[in-house]
Amino acid sequence: MVRLILRRLAWSVPLLVVATMLAFLIVDLIPGDPARVILGPTATAEQVEALRVSLGLDRPWFVQYLAWLGDALRGDLGTSVISKTPVIDQLNARLPATLSIVVGATVVSAVLGVALGVFSAVRGGWAGRAADVFAMLGFAIPNYWLGLVLVAVVAVQLRWLPATGYTPLTESPWEWLKALILPVITLAVGGVTMIAKNTREALRDVLARDFIDSLRADGWSESRILVRHALRNAGIPIVTAIGVFFVGVLGGTVLVESVFAIPGLGGLAVAATPAHDLPVLLGVTVYFCTLVVIVNLLVDVTYGVLNPKVRAA
Amino acid sequence: MTAPDRPAARGPLRRVLSDPIGLSAALVLTAIVVACLGATLWAPYDPLATDLTASLQGPSSAHLLGTDQLGRDVLSRLLHGGQPSLLAAACVMAAALVVGVPVAMAAGYHGGWLDALVSRVVDLGMALPAMIIVLLVLALFGDQLIFSYLALGLLLVPALVRIVRSATVAVRGELFIDAAKVSRVPLPLLVARHIFPRILGTVVVQASIIASIGLLFTTGLAYLGFGVTAPEPSWGTMVAEASSVMRQNPTMLWATGGLIGVTVLALGSLGEVVRDALVERWAPAASSPGPRRPRTSGVASRPVSPRAATGPAPRPRDDAVLAVGSMTVAYGPGEGTAVVDAVSFDVGPGEIVGLVGESGCGKSTVARAVLGLLRGSGRITGGSVGFAGEDLAAMSRRELRALRGTGIAFVSQEPMVALDPTRRVGDTVAEAVRLHTGCSRAQARARTEELFARVRFADPARVCGLYPHEISGGMAQRVAIARALAGGPRLLVADEPTTALDVTVQLEILTLLRDLRDQTGLSILLVTHDWGVVADLCDRAVVMYAGQVVETAPTDRLFTAPRHPYTAGLLGANPSLADRGERLRTIPGSVPPPADWPATCRFADRCALATDQCRATPVPLAAVDAHASRCLHADRVAAPRPTEPAR
Amino acid sequence: MTAPVLEVRGLEVALGHRRARRTVLHDVSFVIEPGATLGLVGESGSGKTTTGRAIAGLVRPASGSILLDGHDVSRERWWRRPGGGTLQVVFQDPYSSMNPALRVEDILREPLRTLRLPRAEARRRSEEMLARVGLPVAALDRYVAAFSGGQRQRLAIARALVSRPRVIVCDEAVSALDLSVQAQVLNLLKDLQEELGIAYLFIGHNLDVVEFMSHRIAVLYEGRVVESGDAAEVLRRPTHAYTRRLVSAILSPDPREQARRRALVTATPTQEGPS
Repeated sequence: MVRLILRRLAWSVPLLVVATMLAFLIVDLIPGDPARVILGPTATAEQVEALRVSLGLDRPWFVQYLAWLGDALRGDLGTSVISKTPVIDQLNARLPATLSIVVGATVVSAVLGVALGVFSAVRGGWAGRAADVFAMLGFAIPNYWLGLVLVAVVAVQLRWLPATGYTPLTESPWEWLKALILPVITLAVGGVTMIAKNTREALRDVLARDFIDSLRADGWSESRILVRHALRNAGIPIVTAIGVFFVGVLGGTVLVESVFAIPGLGGLAVAATPAHDLPVLLGVTVYFCTLVVIVNLLVDVTYGVLNPKVRAA
Repeated sequence: MTAPDRPAARGPLRRVLSDPIGLSAALVLTAIVVACLGATLWAPYDPLATDLTASLQGPSSAHLLGTDQLGRDVLSRLLHGGQPSLLAAACVMAAALVVGVPVAMAAGYHGGWLDALVSRVVDLGMALPAMIIVLLVLALFGDQLIFSYLALGLLLVPALVRIVRSATVAVRGELFIDAAKVSRVPLPLLVARHIFPRILGTVVVQASIIASIGLLFTTGLAYLGFGVTAPEPSWGTMVAEASSVMRQNPTMLWATGGLIGVTVLALGSLGEVVRDALVERWAPAASSPGPRRPRTSGVASRPVSPRAATGPAPRPRDDAVLAVGSMTVAYGPGEGTAVVDAVSFDVGPGEIVGLVGESGCGKSTVARAVLGLLRGSGRITGGSVGFAGEDLAAMSRRELRALRGTGIAFVSQEPMVALDPTRRVGDTVAEAVRLHTGCSRAQARARTEELFARVRFADPARVCGLYPHEISGGMAQRVAIARALAGGPRLLVADEPTTALDVTVQLEILTLLRDLRDQTGLSILLVTHDWGVVADLCDRAVVMYAGQVVETAPTDRLFTAPRHPYTAGLLGANPSLADRGERLRTIPGSVPPPADWPATCRFADRCALATDQCRATPVPLAAVDAHASRCLHADRVAAPRPTEPAR
Repeated sequence: MTAPVLEVRGLEVALGHRRARRTVLHDVSFVIEPGATLGLVGESGSGKTTTGRAIAGLVRPASGSILLDGHDVSRERWWRRPGGGTLQVVFQDPYSSMNPALRVEDILREPLRTLRLPRAEARRRSEEMLARVGLPVAALDRYVAAFSGGQRQRLAIARALVSRPRVIVCDEAVSALDLSVQAQVLNLLKDLQEELGIAYLFIGHNLDVVEFMSHRIAVLYEGRVVESGDAAEVLRRPTHAYTRRLVSAILSPDPREQARRRALVTATPTQEGPS
């Protein structure tokens, strides 16, 4: 088990390297001068040259990358082109808001999704068909649009919850919770339906397997077979679906934070894009990748707990 | 060739359009695409024409979906805006498919190092935060949106590769691929004819999902302002415009988001229906004539025969442990198709009874029905299952459950898959012990080791700690037997317990079962197709054909003087009774499927002794010597030649 | 003695990748004369199927030679095998060995591709073969789903025969069939051998079936041929300990004979199975 974790940790290093290297490669591949793109046509040649030097663009891309990597390892992710403040400070300031909605949406999706999936798998018939329809709907509704509708109905018309904004947990837990409800619902709708569908399929596969019949022949009750045996065996695809959803929901924050005006990492990335603020975008990439690495590690450890074969491998 | 040709000849397109969901999805999608592409032809207004006097109107006959803040017609803008939106989705899909499908097929087909490499890259790619990378591309490529669409397509490749690859791996293992290779079908033809059509369904579904994600993502980007520039319409930018005026004209928000949603819904539904249509011809239909394939059409769908038609069944012995009386089992909706028809037999204390027959005769169904473990829509529709003075067929599920393990235990054909793969085998057995006896964990553990010693494990404690994937088939079957013994049952139902095992292991298991009977007086109902197993272990045999018992007799009588032509035919077909130089005796034809079973003798069409009388009336099971035989010509059945001794 | 149509010398095969790689066949040698049958028996994991696959070019041997009509084909994988279908295979599972999306005519034409026959000639040959295996000509226009297991195995035999091979590898060719159908197919295989002079490599785990079909028998155990010789001789007077164990485990479909065998076996008890 420890070996499994260590191997997975070792595997996460190349992921971070490749993801960030990719960014430098893209920068290098652009036809034309990134510094000129960043500053726009009105800047003077001197200004462009100064920015080139300060961004290190005058050196080959891998030299730039190694320099950036060296700084990053020391906790320095550069300075924002727009705000001129250290990127890492901005990221740390905005991380809690993003984490709140991402973790919230994942937990809500996992709990409701698994519950719904189990219900529809066991009941079959109309419940199964309903689960399929909901899965399709949950996938089809654009989440940013759903967010807007929720704001219009719940916040503006009914005035039950704040429409936009975010209050840190440390300031007021109650306000924090209220601010999270709508964004979390917005993100979780797709997650609940997707995880429910995956759970249902995995569980139905397991329930059709021979060992379930053998357990019935032992005289076990259906509910005990479901809880103690079927769910555990269906666990790997379910956990995989939850992990995949987490990665997807990170991207979803880009839109949802904009809809709800939440000061998180996604919103930061959106603001940085038209301003060509590369250091900020790179920083967000690093943070998101790190989150993915952590979640994948958790997923792998869960695999090991669920399946003795994985543990042995 | 009794089965009619399946509609496989019908094209997938026709099948998609004959499905109501497929048809409506195809219509909706076509309507949306055509309406948007031809927007210049039929959009009622110029999408850019502003009319400030008519701003923010609700739906009217002039403006079906109302107007926006600048008085532009929302419907016209939606139609024109569809072009860049749909085009973006198409770009994403094309990029992903062009790169992903060949890579996935190459990795899945080639395997080895290439597969390992691709899997690594896929793992990496799956962990990349796609949205941020797309923003990065947008930041650098400014207004050249195509690059961000291509980037998004490439970022979706890993997920696509993962799924298409495993579909390819599944096909690669099919024997028809090997057969084609033996015939030296060149690789391009092999791929085009045998592999690609098989994975096409998967690719179609993935394509529809990727196109959907593409549409959702790119409209999302447009909503954020990374789309076509200002006055030009696109679906995403229109959502943004609508959001700022949603109080004045809520229709606009519903219309824009709804259109995106409907498009995705249609794409997804169409993908699944097309996949189903493509997969249909690959479905393993018409395999064994088993009970799970009830046919509604076909010749004379026979109703469940009344019990009287089968004549006086032999009276069960008074001390029978199990007494099955005229049990009928049906599958399928409504009255169902009877796959087991008025079967009667009994098992005495300490007796081993073989239930013999070929696949599709209903022998496994009988075994499962006795335990109340019928699959799918299967149910006992008539007769009784007497056990310990009670009728199991009339019991509630709870009562039946209490009897399982303690009264009747079960051993299945595939020992490896009968065990929960996530649990140590000792725990599985110990839990069963605790269920039946309510003892403590330590006691259950000790009892488990006792049971393991009883099924002849040299080191029971070690075996307890093993997982199912760590043991062999023979060991697994012994674990299964130990588990069956956990509740001290009076009857063991064993469904082909040695079929999946090698002959040397088979002998060990048979020896074990025999010893258990000798030592504990356990009764065993043994389902098998193997005459050798019957000869070795059974005291008596019940021969089934086409859902009916055709003969029962003590084992030695059955082998030396069978009283039913089917029994005699099966015995004669056994190659061990033939010499190398001669031909085997055969039974012509094959077992008809349940829907084609006649009310008269079901074996008549394959029988050399059959007369008109056999095809005129139902034939009852009647006593002949020590046998019971369902044959009008029981006295004319010839014995198979005796085996030559000694090997 | 006629020249053998198939000669396997010192065949060695390793399967798996890297760390998982292990040798599953060691120094396997045998010959098959034209029109004769060699039975290859062994239990699961003995390597009998791998032997068949190596001969058919579906796995690459690590060393050794496979002489087909005197030509060494051991270095040639399937796509480069010379000749027009000299060797064919009948597989175990009649359900997965034929592509369900193709019509029978297309399935039967596949082995004929390399012969470059005119379409009409190919069709004529296919019809002839179908009649030979006892199926109606109308079957050509159907899909395999329309056929029962026994009929499919007849189709598989027709496919194997249509290119007029000299050797057919029968890999557990009747194991999936019911007893009554199995007897029909075994008779068919024998008749075809007598008429066409085909040689069979008959791979199976059921010793009764293999004995019925084979002139000679080779016994595989853990990837090695432990005993080979005349079929009746090997099974009636086994010399190797493993063959003895295997033969003594065969169940006789005659209760009295079986009781006699059992008395012999219990006198020499076998130990715990493999773990």
